[in-house]
Amino acid sequence: MQELKENNVLQPAMPECWNEETKPHKFCPGCGHGIILKALGEVIDELDIKDKIVFGCDIGCSLLSWDFFACDSVQTHHGRTTPVITGMKRANTDIVGIAYMGDGGGYAIGSQHLFNAAVRGEKITIILCNNCNYGMTGGQMAPTTLPGMKTETSPYGRDVEQTGYPTKGPEMVAAVAPEGAYVARGTIANVRQLKGFIKKALENQIAGNGISFVECLSSCPTNWRTNAKQTWEFVEKDMAQYFKVGELRTPQAKEGK
Amino acid sequence: MAEVSLQGEQRVFMTGNEVVAWAAVAAKVDIMYGYPITPQNEIMHYWTRLAPKYGKRFLQTEDEISAGFTMLGGVMTGRKSFTATAGPGNVLMQESAVMAEMMRLPAVYVIQQRGGPSTATVIYAQQELTLTCFGGNGEGHRIVYSTATHQELFDYTLKAFNAAWTYRFPTFVLGDGYQAKMREPLTIYDAESKGVKLVPTEPMVGEFKPGKQFRHLRNTYNTEEELYEVVMANQRDWDAMAPKVVEWFEKDCQDADVVFVCHGVVSRAAMGAIDELRAQGKKVGLFRPITVRPFPEKQLADAVKNAKKVVVAESAYGQLLKMVQVAVCGGKAEIVPMLRPGIGITTEELVEEYNKL
Ligand SMILES: Cc1ncc(C[n+]2csc(CCOP(=O)(O)OP(=O)(O)O)c2C)c(N)n1
Ligand code: SF4
Repeated sequence: MQELKENNVLQPAMPECWNEETKPHKFCPGCGHGIILKALGEVIDELDIKDKIVFGCDIGCSLLSWDFFACDSVQTHHGRTTPVITGMKRANTDIVGIAYMGDGGGYAIGSQHLFNAAVRGEKITIILCNNCNYGMTGGQMAPTTLPGMKTETSPYGRDVEQTGYPTKGPEMVAAVAPEGAYVARGTIANVRQLKGFIKKALENQIAGNGISFVECLSSCPTNWRTNAKQTWEFVEKDMAQYFKVGELRTPQAKEGK
Repeated sequence: MAEVSLQGEQRVFMTGNEVVAWAAVAAKVDIMYGYPITPQNEIMHYWTRLAPKYGKRFLQTEDEISAGFTMLGGVMTGRKSFTATAGPGNVLMQESAVMAEMMRLPAVYVIQQRGGPSTATVIYAQQELTLTCFGGNGEGHRIVYSTATHQELFDYTLKAFNAAWTYRFPTFVLGDGYQAKMREPLTIYDAESKGVKLVPTEPMVGEFKPGKQFRHLRNTYNTEEELYEVVMANQRDWDAMAPKVVEWFEKDCQDADVVFVCHGVVSRAAMGAIDELRAQGKKVGLFRPITVRPFPEKQLADAVKNAKKVVVAESAYGQLLKMVQVAVCGGKAEIVPMLRPGIGITTEELVEEYNKL
């Protein structure tokens, strides 16, 4: 039998900035967090900013990324990742600060921080994973739960009369941020595009323009109780119908004026 | 604002909040994060006037939760950082304080206590003692200095930064509304000219030397055992540190029949009472914890070992009393509480209390 050489075997391409020691990662199979973090990892490699980054993660499933990258990182409290990274960037402007969180962390408990960081145009990059529920605590209703969607705390489906409509975070950030902001919504269903958004978000911070915010539509098959087909249908159809994918603000828009 | 500078020593007459801002300049603080609340506002007012002249920074955040956490971000980059608050703001800052305890972050908080509970008054109380010492989901691994005079506000604010960066536990300066707002003379000074060495800082993340090791900071753990190890290691460091940082003031205790125990500004009234009563030939003494955490338990027990009565006087309902009870538990002296939540205590009232014994 022919001996297998390393370069005969198809190696899965891992971003160089991934911390190999902590792989395979700890997210559930089929989870979108891993896809988003892979896109982010590739961007970090391409921009060659591994040594300039401080990666901050929230409580929620994002905390499982506390040692995900071979970069400086800090795991903080639920909803407080934005102020922690803001404080770092204010104290040391050489840092490239990334705040990574879920929709619960960004739009519920930490919404005042997100809103005010946006208003002040903090020169940080916020990446938010929108999976329509609170993943880590077991699938409760989140600010982003779709109308009629069943969760552990909306067992008969989200009733918008009672609970309001899902939060549109990028729209909110885009509405309040000063010039120089970069705001986009991507999806794990279009990784190439998502990666492009994340890249621009980091380039925007490096250029010192203003706040950069990318929401990523993501999956949580464990709590959705979906199989692979249903998972992708939900991400590609149901979520994308409510949450429009695309760029909402670019710093170039201001120059074009 | 008075035209003062920090070269050598200077005799000044200013409010407590102004003193704190000058002390932060003397400590070579890089950045303050803050949110307005009475009675600490003027710390920010003075800091924002002084800071640009000294190349320092300031961020006004959206609330005290954010002020606490942005400060932790600043500390992690190795920049000397602090915040200041009071009352309900102190409640909100506890979340960041417990993270600082767990992650051993040298955060500095200045608390100018106001009347609690809840919104209450904006003026004065000593009701944030328990909150400041133990206000979190943790073990209270923090240093808390209770100041009584403006000179102490200056000295201990300076010291708080040194203690925080030496031992890597969050450190609080516990003042109050009276100290914040009243004016009195003191000497401000450049630390080095007085031989006070400023403890150097160092970054925990974001140090971009070629080939450096990356670091992952966390305060979440997978198992009870893992958490136990971390907390016990912190506790061991805490126990080793406590005897080095513990401070107290004691006057005329050893032959006293009656010892007053007070902290903060109430101890100034007690000083007056002791002088007056001693002049009448009464055997009275005063014991004052300066670090209320760690509490000088042994020193207090020793100070009251010959006393018949220990009068605990505080502008709160039994917060200091509990600490005293623990310290002198098993001693023979009777504890007499004098509890005045939210109101000041004068020399005359203390003398009156003594005469009732
Ligand atoms: C102050 C506080 N409240 C509640 C929690 C419990 N908690 C942990 S994770 C979480 C939900 C996280 O959901 P999300 O931010 O959407 O992230 P996901 O897990 O879906 O990735 C909550 C409520 C906490 N850790 N801290
Ligand atoms: S619970 Fe959901 S969000 Fe969390 S790791 Fe599993 S699939 Fe991902």
